[in-house]
Amino acid sequence: MDQGNGLNFMDFKEKLLASHLAFEERIDHSDPVHQTRLDALEIFEKKGFPSIRDEAWKFTSLSTMVRQDYALFPETETTIQLKKVKKYFLYEIDTYKVVFIDGVYSPFLSDTTHDGLDVCLMSAALSKAKYRRLINTYFDKITNKDDSLTALNTSYTQEGAYVYIPKSVVAEKPIEIIHFSTGEEKALWLQPRNLIVVDQNAQVQILERHQSLKEHHVVTNSVTEIYTHQDAFVDYYKIQNDLSSASLIDNTYISQEKNSNARVHTFSLGGKLIRNNLNFYLMGEHSHSTLKGITLLKDKQHVDHYTLVDHLSPNCESHQDYKGVFSEGSKGVFNGKIHVDQSAQKTNAFQQNNNILLDDKATVNTKPQLEIFADDVKCSHGCTVGQLDENALFYLMSRGIPKKEAKALMTYAFANNVLESVELPILKKRINKLIAQKLGVNLGFDL
Amino acid sequence: MLTIENLHAQVEGKQILKGIDLDVKSGEIHAIMGPNGSGKSTLSSVIAGHQDYEVNQGTMLLEGEDLTDLSPEERAHKGIFLSFQYPVEIPGVSVTNFIKTAINASRKAKGLEDMPANVMLKKIREKSSLLEIDSRFLSRSLNEGFSGGEKKRNEIFQMAMMEPKLSILDETDSGLDIDALKIVANGVNKLRSKDNAIIVITHYQRLLEYIVPDFVHVLFDGKIVKSGTKDLAIELEEKGYDWIKEMA
Repeated sequence: MDQGNGLNFMDFKEKLLASHLAFEERIDHSDPVHQTRLDALEIFEKKGFPSIRDEAWKFTSLSTMVRQDYALFPETETTIQLKKVKKYFLYEIDTYKVVFIDGVYSPFLSDTTHDGLDVCLMSAALSKAKYRRLINTYFDKITNKDDSLTALNTSYTQEGAYVYIPKSVVAEKPIEIIHFSTGEEKALWLQPRNLIVVDQNAQVQILERHQSLKEHHVVTNSVTEIYTHQDAFVDYYKIQNDLSSASLIDNTYISQEKNSNARVHTFSLGGKLIRNNLNFYLMGEHSHSTLKGITLLKDKQHVDHYTLVDHLSPNCESHQDYKGVFSEGSKGVFNGKIHVDQSAQKTNAFQQNNNILLDDKATVNTKPQLEIFADDVKCSHGCTVGQLDENALFYLMSRGIPKKEAKALMTYAFANNVLESVELPILKKRINKLIAQKLGVNLGFDL
Repeated sequence: MLTIENLHAQVEGKQILKGIDLDVKSGEIHAIMGPNGSGKSTLSSVIAGHQDYEVNQGTMLLEGEDLTDLSPEERAHKGIFLSFQYPVEIPGVSVTNFIKTAINASRKAKGLEDMPANVMLKKIREKSSLLEIDSRFLSRSLNEGFSGGEKKRNEIFQMAMMEPKLSILDETDSGLDIDALKIVANGVNKLRSKDNAIIVITHYQRLLEYIVPDFVHVLFDGKIVKSGTKDLAIELEEKGYDWIKEMA
């Protein structure tokens, strides 16, 4: 592929459109989703990248990002040694793993299965006849067709993780979906596509991570569809602790049938620009949704949480709790939309976004959006932006704890209740440590 | 131990302390009583170094060393301990981890290594039994969901662990039932020695039946208007504060 030379390359949108032919040559376009790809490409062509003139992108500009050129198909297949990346895995426990290096599947680092459940590759699910029914039923069914970045991802769908948990199966091990970028390409644009189907009464825990191994311009435009059937449970964790040159646009769509429970925890601790578009659709009665996040940023980092909880059925409950801590010119955005359909009586929907600015160079924009069309509902929202409580700091300092550590301890305490609902103890410990590390102090915990 | 002379302090431009003189010697217990708004809690905050209060006149010396320019943590390192009226909740940090962090921070400031884990554990066991605290309590998040009695007992437990030279107990009796009050007072009495000193700040005489002071001072409108022995506390209990106000 033509990489461009950074000066007179064509507009990146044009490149994405023009490169689609080359993409088609690389894949088996007789697979069942190709027409969907082509339709999506048309949407992207029509809409292009979002700009800050779009209400939904008011506080997050992609203009610098898309003014640059990126490789779409890495030239060389790169291998990495396990010992160099071991720390990015939950190596202390046994897990299924679907691992990609610069967008290419790494059989060496992965640990997939077809034994009672499917943890494998999207490319395999697209090409094999036995998955056809599932692909036809689920692929691209709950995505937002108006979203140009989702459409862009759909148009280039080829690789990612495919997970199917059959009826009443409890996945015994968590599944780790990890994308490494090596920096072999100076600038790389990745578009993983994940499909996760959790059938009736089934349960799964999934952890997703994007990690670059050296500073280079990598942008990941990811789409994940998660189908939570009746009585099913999905526990999903996103670890966003990438290098300061890596950006991520995460588009996650979750549908929930009757009595299901879906939870997403997002830990945004590092990266250049992160946008989390997290969409929940509560289709069946008595379903529960949990959206929680800890954002801890410094320098020029930018994280935008854009959530939608769409109550389409009665008697459902949703809880959102996002905590943000910002310093040194970092920017946080939270836009939380709760939509309650006319039919969704007895809805309980709660939303909380609390932020702390550690200095006067950081900014945060927070906006709750409630659209309620049913009359018998309980909805609440609250957002705060503040500094650490001076009296609490005084309490800690009066015990001999220096101000810097007292602040760290307070910050830790502030974010902590989000960690309480993490059901993977080893992950909880990791996040705990990461937060302490980011705060730059050793709090001397027995974790 | 603590020598305060002509201490004036203000907060947000409002003068609260208007010339306090107080001399606390090793081994002594002083009670400071007074009606609401007289400046009792301000005095304790000022001694512990709360930055919202500005000392605009007078001196505070701990064993001859001027405290005025020291930060709260430096004062703690020198041996000042304040038991809070409203202790702060720290979710996710256990009582044990908090006290370890506090003790090791003070040791670090003195150029000492962290306290060895086994020594720490032994000390925690010893001091927690003094206050009838069980081990389950020690692993709970600091002050989170604690009852009033548990919070105060936990404050005195921290005092026992830190072994301060000068302890200030700010309204430690508020919100305590009689059983909790006895446990807390009993703990404080066991910590009393000829080498340390305690200032008890209270509105009521009740606590002073259990922690018996050597001296009682009455604070009114930012000044100590009367000093005496423990009999003064009893007199205040009987007559209320009105006669003090008239006297001032």
